[in-house]
Amino acid sequence: MKGRFGEYGGQYIPETLMNEIHALEKAYEFYKNDDEFNKEFDKLLKEYAGRPSLLYYAEKMTRDLGGAKIYLKREDLNHTGSHKINNVLGQCLLTKKLGKTRVIAETGAGQHGVATATAAALLGLECEIFMGKTDTERQALNVFRMEMLGAKVHAVTSGTMTLKDAVNETMREWTKRVHDTHYVLGSVVGPHPFPGMVGDFQSIISKEAREQILEVEGKLPKAVIACVGGGSNAVGMFRCFADDKDVRLIGTEAAGKGIDTLEHAATIAKGEKGIFHGMKTYFCQDEFGQIAEVYSISAGLDYPGIGPEHAYLNDIGRAEYVPVTDEEAVGAFEYLARTEGIICAIESAHAIAHLMKIAKEFDRSDSVIVCLSGRGDKDVSAIANYRGVKINE
Amino acid sequence: MSRINNAFKNQKTFIGFITGGDPGVDKSVEFILEMERAGADIIEIGIPFSDPIAEGEVIQAANIRALNSGTTVHKIFGLVRKVREKSEIPLVLLTYLNPVYHMGYQNFFEQCRSSGVDGIIIPDLPFEESREVGEVAEKYGVDLISLIAPTSKERIEMISRESRGFLYVVSSMGVTGVRSEIETDIETIVREIRKTSDIPVAIGFGISTQEQAAKFASVADGVIVGSAIVRIIAEHGEDAGQYIYEYVRGIKAVL
Repeated sequence: MKGRFGEYGGQYIPETLMNEIHALEKAYEFYKNDDEFNKEFDKLLKEYAGRPSLLYYAEKMTRDLGGAKIYLKREDLNHTGSHKINNVLGQCLLTKKLGKTRVIAETGAGQHGVATATAAALLGLECEIFMGKTDTERQALNVFRMEMLGAKVHAVTSGTMTLKDAVNETMREWTKRVHDTHYVLGSVVGPHPFPGMVGDFQSIISKEAREQILEVEGKLPKAVIACVGGGSNAVGMFRCFADDKDVRLIGTEAAGKGIDTLEHAATIAKGEKGIFHGMKTYFCQDEFGQIAEVYSISAGLDYPGIGPEHAYLNDIGRAEYVPVTDEEAVGAFEYLARTEGIICAIESAHAIAHLMKIAKEFDRSDSVIVCLSGRGDKDVSAIANYRGVKINE
Repeated sequence: MSRINNAFKNQKTFIGFITGGDPGVDKSVEFILEMERAGADIIEIGIPFSDPIAEGEVIQAANIRALNSGTTVHKIFGLVRKVREKSEIPLVLLTYLNPVYHMGYQNFFEQCRSSGVDGIIIPDLPFEESREVGEVAEKYGVDLISLIAPTSKERIEMISRESRGFLYVVSSMGVTGVRSEIETDIETIVREIRKTSDIPVAIGFGISTQEQAAKFASVADGVIVGSAIVRIIAEHGEDAGQYIYEYVRGIKAVL
């Protein structure tokens, strides 16, 4: 079915947006096969974002953990410090092709907001970012960063004042003003064509990684691992390995204080099927279908749903999803810093934490790739806080 | 003839909205009966939802008040039953899709029928995704009411052809909420609908004053007022009944 991954996905949005979403769908169908568009996109990825990103052999970690050779796909080295730039460059370029002059976006920790503000500055688009008030306080530096890039930042005071509410408010804003405005959704969520389109723009991660690993190892990895909130870096990491049946695809979701507590964001482990934010997929929700408040130390994984492509990959058994707690993620964050000298995003540390558990299951002749989706400068104070260390920013 | 059809017979129809359970379920029953006494023809009851993406600030706050007072979808059916003990006024539920999906379509619409619900409006269920829900609703005799927006254009024909109960024409872009000016060319939209269907047309979103209500009633079959009534509840809380009565009577008088 059009715009579906199995039964998941769809276009569950207000009538006011339907013509707009159909226009976007049609435009994207055209431009994704347009040589000119792809040439411009490639150029931006290479010359502006700094692609291809490195596939780094983590030799010390490999020795220390024992088992598989560990490779890190270094999305943290992209311009703006995360994989988010891949998607925003694609969507902002598309915005120009649509003849629109303004972009709006939601952001949790601020990585997608900063990336969107960056691409908007580069491409000459007006930019407004919606961010939960709680998150604007937790990530004050990123608010200022977006403002320096010329964006206007709105602190969202509705609901739980976090990422889900930022998405609600950005959707509301889009229904007010569609004629000149494109909504740059930051993950593989929302109504069709967003999940597929964002996944396409992010698939550069696995396209490069697959070529890179074949070049250095001469064979495919045994597994690839990525963290999952909405799931954009994970779709990016999985896509080009999806047909390689012997490569395990592993997503790590935020278990917060534990999946047996109420404070987690483990959608696959604890969620149920639902329909919200334009899509049918799994959501953390209560017995009456109210969307749950979710929690993670990582603002980027703090989302009650998961992209419909992941819901499908889970159901057909092609990908596996495992919960990782705050405690495990913070441990992995510190371990990676100490062992390899890399301060990664706390989101990405959820993937590292699972790798640390399973590396031993593999032989030294095998390899595993972890997507290091972002860098961790933004998280240093949160980690200090977690460890009870007081620092002056 | 259904209760909804009856409400549009030989008159301009006033549709009043409240969020169910704001500030409590028993108060909602009282406010609904006050609206009926003041001349309201149809009542729309919002099932409170954690994330009402089509609502402006006034109704968002009502959703939070209702959820905080412990309102669940089951209590809304209880509310409907209580109104039905005293009144035959047509009742239309407004709900986001997830609570309906979560309860199961069969179960939900069975409850609608047994409690006495006449219609349902689901703002995040556009025409293309509505077949499954529509079939179950029809089986249980509940009208799935469609929305038409200022941006609907060539979609109007398709939506009008399949419409049930009445058509809800959204007056403005954006979300619900009181507006001082409404610029959409409603007459053209109504004309487009009339090419395909003679279903009753009600205009909603942003209407609060007698002047606005009279103007839109003159180009359509009825008007829907939500945020202006919910604002009265926000202001007066449990004592809102008499104020709602006076407000609705004032609007109905100019239709």
